[in-house]
Amino acid sequence: MAPLLQVDNLTIRFPRAEPVRDLSFDIGQGETLAIVGESGSGKSLTALALMQLLPRAAKVASGRIAFGGRDLLKLDAREMRHLRGRDIAMIFQEPMTSLNPVMTIGRQIAEVLKVHERLSGRAASERAVELLKLVRIPAPEKRVDDYPHQLSGGMRQRVMIAIAVACKPKLLIADEPTTALDVTIQAQVLDLLDTLRRELQMAVVLITHDLGVVAQWADKVVVMYAGRKVEQALPGDLFNNPLHPYTRGLLAASPRLKNDFHYRDGALSEIPGSIVSAAGEAGCPFRPRCAQARASCGHHVPQLTVPAPDRLVACPFTSPIKAVPHAAALSL
Amino acid sequence: MPALVRIGRTLRRTLLQAIPTVLGIVILNFFLLQLAPGDAADVMAGEAGSATEESMAALRSRFGLDNPVLVQLGHYLNNLAHFSLGFSPRYGMPVADLIAQRLPGTLTLMAVALLIAILLGVILGSLMATFAGRIPDRLLSIFSLLFYSIPSFWIGLMLIVFFSVKLGWLPSGGAATIGSRLTGWPALLDKARYMVLPATSLALFYVAIYARLTRASMLEVKNQDFVRTAYAKGLTPFGVTARHILRNALIPITTMAGMHIGGMLGGAVVVETVYSWPGLGRLAFEAVMGRDFTVLLGILLLSSLLVIIANAAVDLVHAWLDPRIGAR
Repeated sequence: MAPLLQVDNLTIRFPRAEPVRDLSFDIGQGETLAIVGESGSGKSLTALALMQLLPRAAKVASGRIAFGGRDLLKLDAREMRHLRGRDIAMIFQEPMTSLNPVMTIGRQIAEVLKVHERLSGRAASERAVELLKLVRIPAPEKRVDDYPHQLSGGMRQRVMIAIAVACKPKLLIADEPTTALDVTIQAQVLDLLDTLRRELQMAVVLITHDLGVVAQWADKVVVMYAGRKVEQALPGDLFNNPLHPYTRGLLAASPRLKNDFHYRDGALSEIPGSIVSAAGEAGCPFRPRCAQARASCGHHVPQLTVPAPDRLVACPFTSPIKAVPHAAALSL
Repeated sequence: MPALVRIGRTLRRTLLQAIPTVLGIVILNFFLLQLAPGDAADVMAGEAGSATEESMAALRSRFGLDNPVLVQLGHYLNNLAHFSLGFSPRYGMPVADLIAQRLPGTLTLMAVALLIAILLGVILGSLMATFAGRIPDRLLSIFSLLFYSIPSFWIGLMLIVFFSVKLGWLPSGGAATIGSRLTGWPALLDKARYMVLPATSLALFYVAIYARLTRASMLEVKNQDFVRTAYAKGLTPFGVTARHILRNALIPITTMAGMHIGGMLGGAVVVETVYSWPGLGRLAFEAVMGRDFTVLLGILLLSSLLVIIANAAVDLVHAWLDPRIGAR
């Protein structure tokens, strides 16, 4: 079966930079794909490119985004508007500012129903109450007339989710949906997303830099660094046997994933340097920060290879599994 | 219901705070006016062409102008305490009656001008923001700069030259056709024709301000996260602008409009003089020229009240536009 969304060789270009390069991934129906990477790795831009909502200065320089058999990059503005909010919906990072402060949440939910399902005002506000109930907001009949400032961050993110799932989209893009939230709320929101994913049979692109989130909720993980995919794996494989030095660094820097580790037991390891060093790097973008960098790393960008089924890695020096060199036949 | 109670409470507080403000304005202005050379008796004597020392002294004592300044102030405040604005020596009638005659003219002029200014300013500003950096924006920016920098009396004169003298479309002054016995709809239309030029002259300066303000404010709102959310819902660019950007962008404009009501009264003095519009502004101008300080003080008092009321009204509009304000 063809995947719901297939991204091939996506390159996003700003006048002076290419923050996303040659990125490919796909998602099947009802699947959760996690895209992880630190700030500046191009995760959010990828998400915005899927929605065709890139900032004005950014352009998709090349690539293909096939959604349900149509190339989104070839649609005109009107066709894209019909997809946005109906078939592809998005939740943003900042629930505090992502809702219009001068509109009641009920009207903000109803708006998307009016646009795509041509519901009357009354029918739309009734559906808004149902949707608030769906995202587990207590007393939805009362809350529907609240303004965003009357809600907590977690509640606002639930409202955002209600807006996103209002038209039962096939694909939901969640761009760091819990980053701005309290730790206790994070799990609730992610659980809600996962429940809705199953109930509404949506595919979810979950963008995050929280590996704990990945371990618990993702079906497939793409690790990005400096705009490129450096590793792809099933979550179990990724955590048990990270291949790319960057992934290993990320895991080592993550306290929650080690059993019985407490931050007082010793310093967490860190990846030295910053992602800025990737700019203008000729070979592997991770080379300046990589502990095992060799001279040959500076020559060309490492190709993605298939070291094992369902895995991709962009580093020729991954020790544990012997790398299979040619990636030409891969279709992951 | 709680909303109404809250509004009532706000209004009462505003009015109580208004009392010391108004009193301060009256007293300050009273002393300021004393600094002007000459008094009503001088002007009246000058206009009469022949006056003796005795007749001038008689005039002064009749109007109380020969009393010490503080006594005069005391008299004025005493009158105010009895809800009287005093008596105008020049017009020979109570100041309250004089103002009552002229107030409606000025209020309609101001209201129409403000309406034109906000409507036109917001529309032009939206256009400028939509085409920011491109040709329509550049052109409109030049126009708004022009309107901002040209004094309103000159615009008034030029409008008269063009629309009244050259084209003959609109009357050059006055508030209604003299001697016409129109009633109802035709009368309103006749008044509207007289209103166009003065209201436009008064409004253009503010059109420029609101256009620039709307532009800046919309460009700021445009980059906010909730606008991206609105696009992500699949709304059209027009829908996003009308429903999400504009309403948020209007909040600073209402603030400015409230502050401008006082300024417009000042502008009305000039415009009313140019168009011989029978309003408060012209009355104020005549009162200054005639050193008719009771009239002037009455107008200043009323203007300050007007500004205070306008500010209270703006607060209410604010609370309606921005629910976060009401919650505080």
